[in-house]
Amino acid sequence: MTHYNLTHLEKLESEAIYVMREVAAQFENPCLLFSGGKDSIVMGHISKKAFKPAKIPYPFLHIDTGHNFQETLDYRDKFLKKIGARLVVGSVQKSIDEGRVKEETGKHASRNTLQTITLLDTINEHKFDCAIGGGRRDEEKARAKERFFSHRNDFGQWDPKNQRPELWGLYNGRKHAGEHFRVFPLSNWTEMDIWQYILKEKIPIPKIYFSHKRKCIIRDGVILANSSYLNLDEKEKQNIKEMTVRCRTIGDMVCTGLTESKASTLEEIVKEVAQIRSSERGSRADDKRSETAMEDRKKEGYF
Amino acid sequence: MSEEIKGYLDMELLRFTTAGSVDDGKSTLIGRLLYDSKTLFQDQIENVKKISKQRGEDLNLALLMDGLKAEREQGITIDVAYRYFATPVRKFIIADTPGHPQYTRNMVTGASTANLAVILVDARNGVVEQTHRHIFIASLLQIPHFIICINKMDLVNFKEETYNQIKNEIKDFVSKLDIKDVYFIPISALLGDNVVDGSDNMPWYKGSTLKYLLENIHIGSDENLIDCRFPIQYVIRPRDDKYHDYRGYAGKIASGIFKPGDKIKILPSGFTSTIKTIEGMSKIKEAFAPMSVVMQIEDDYDIGRGDMIVREDNVPIISQDVDLMLCWMNKKKLHEGNKYIVKHTTKETKCIVKKIKYKLNINTLHRIEGATEIGLNDIGRIKIRTAQPLFYDSYRDNRTTGCLILIDEQTNETVGAGMIKR
Repeated sequence: MTHYNLTHLEKLESEAIYVMREVAAQFENPCLLFSGGKDSIVMGHISKKAFKPAKIPYPFLHIDTGHNFQETLDYRDKFLKKIGARLVVGSVQKSIDEGRVKEETGKHASRNTLQTITLLDTINEHKFDCAIGGGRRDEEKARAKERFFSHRNDFGQWDPKNQRPELWGLYNGRKHAGEHFRVFPLSNWTEMDIWQYILKEKIPIPKIYFSHKRKCIIRDGVILANSSYLNLDEKEKQNIKEMTVRCRTIGDMVCTGLTESKASTLEEIVKEVAQIRSSERGSRADDKRSETAMEDRKKEGYF
Repeated sequence: MSEEIKGYLDMELLRFTTAGSVDDGKSTLIGRLLYDSKTLFQDQIENVKKISKQRGEDLNLALLMDGLKAEREQGITIDVAYRYFATPVRKFIIADTPGHPQYTRNMVTGASTANLAVILVDARNGVVEQTHRHIFIASLLQIPHFIICINKMDLVNFKEETYNQIKNEIKDFVSKLDIKDVYFIPISALLGDNVVDGSDNMPWYKGSTLKYLLENIHIGSDENLIDCRFPIQYVIRPRDDKYHDYRGYAGKIASGIFKPGDKIKILPSGFTSTIKTIEGMSKIKEAFAPMSVVMQIEDDYDIGRGDMIVREDNVPIISQDVDLMLCWMNKKKLHEGNKYIVKHTTKETKCIVKKIKYKLNINTLHRIEGATEIGLNDIGRIKIRTAQPLFYDSYRDNRTTGCLILIDEQTNETVGAGMIKR
């Protein structure tokens, strides 16, 4: 790189910092959606940089399905303490207990779609006027058309046909009472950029991103971690086996597909991602429900 | 760290936009770039193979670009879609904009952040009205580099005369516009000729392939490093014991190079001071566009978001009367006397439309004098007066301090994109 040029990672970081500062300047009560996955960890790391030496001016909101990898929860608490961020939890279990949502039943039951209600309820309860999310445009075709500043109506819904034009770096966060925004500072990052950045910045990540041995089952071609949250059928019960796997994404245990991998260092992960031949969300059971699963959920107010 | 890994961490970023008329093969071209750079994943390819087969086609790369359900149902692209791919040299962000004439606003949006425009022309049809429109919009948005791809060469028997004829016609048109750097390539997106690999079918073409140009066009001089402009975005005040008196001015450098010790002027107050420290990832000796940094200055002034730090000896225009080219993006039309919110760098103020000077026929570039309104997808020259002065440069000199958007006060929608003339 010549003297007055930034590398792609420096440009992406600068853009993300700029977007986070815009959020702090334009909104009264923003929050950051934190799942404990790599994208939200990168957002936490960049938030810290954007406002130092002051504290991060927004709390981190975790929508907890109750079906977590224990490693993610441990990591969450340690990481937020380290960067000095305040945690707010929205609990899907609570939404179920209060009768706001109904638990799905059957073999494929998951709390993925229930999360949307918990998320919108929590946003209302805390009067958040903006939620920063880790969505990336390379993840999925419905995300490819998402704005940095994405307007949500009174019902928290996204209207893909009626988005505000977004030009240059001029982000329009104006809204009426009751409406809110979702802001995506990592819009332009790819899965590869995220890993490269974690490597470059030496950011600690949850252990389950690295290769480890775990009892798994294979359902519809997706490797799932065996846990009490899964409703196994007889055949699956007989076919639980120990596998060498790692997470490519971290969602809740019921819908996070694992990848067979021996990558046990960040460098090995970067190399693996460079060669990998299936898409990141290809292993997410929540996206496999239908061709337009993401588009449909986003319209309803999903992450 | 191995060399391979180090290489991954040290790549350039190039943003480009693509434009073409309907059926010019734009989706196929992007699909081809993604497919041949091995950016596509097996499950995505399998999915497209499956759908192609259902439709009785071979691998249809254009299907990879299919977006939302709403679009597939209507067989159109309704918005700008962003795509990503990387080669070992550069990472690319594509702003893919639809070709329909009514989507000027989308092309303007995609072009606003692009450093390069790939414009497709169908070799069978040659230069059509839309070709002019695409080139004009890209030049209006001051995209520094152009690659004109004459596509579907396979359907004109790879004839050099056809290519030359189209190329010369476009050259004539380009010479009337403000365009610095133009390349021409004869391609077949469908078969791959001159996209990633060269072409055995066109031995007469001695130039580079599209991929080679995308990887090698010099983009290091695209930023304005002369005029120092730092719009203050956010003031960092920790208010704790350790940093009791700390005041850091956070923002993204719009243009120029700043160093600690530089004599600066703060707008609009006109106060002068000296830069004490600049922090990016750590303390830095020089900060340049487009870095996000925090500056501390020697004097304790009351300044904040919307103010601008510049060099004492190089200041922008400071005025309430702004003359601009405007692309209108809303169904509700603009008339003289209308009031809007204007957003310019980190500043927000109100404005009134003083005059519509003319509207432009963007296919012929003729001025329509005496226009009384500017409607959706129109481009026009207008004059506004702002409630507070703006600090700006012409868009031609500075793509960051020379642009603004207009927002409707009632609906809060972004309704117009302006490029400042003076």
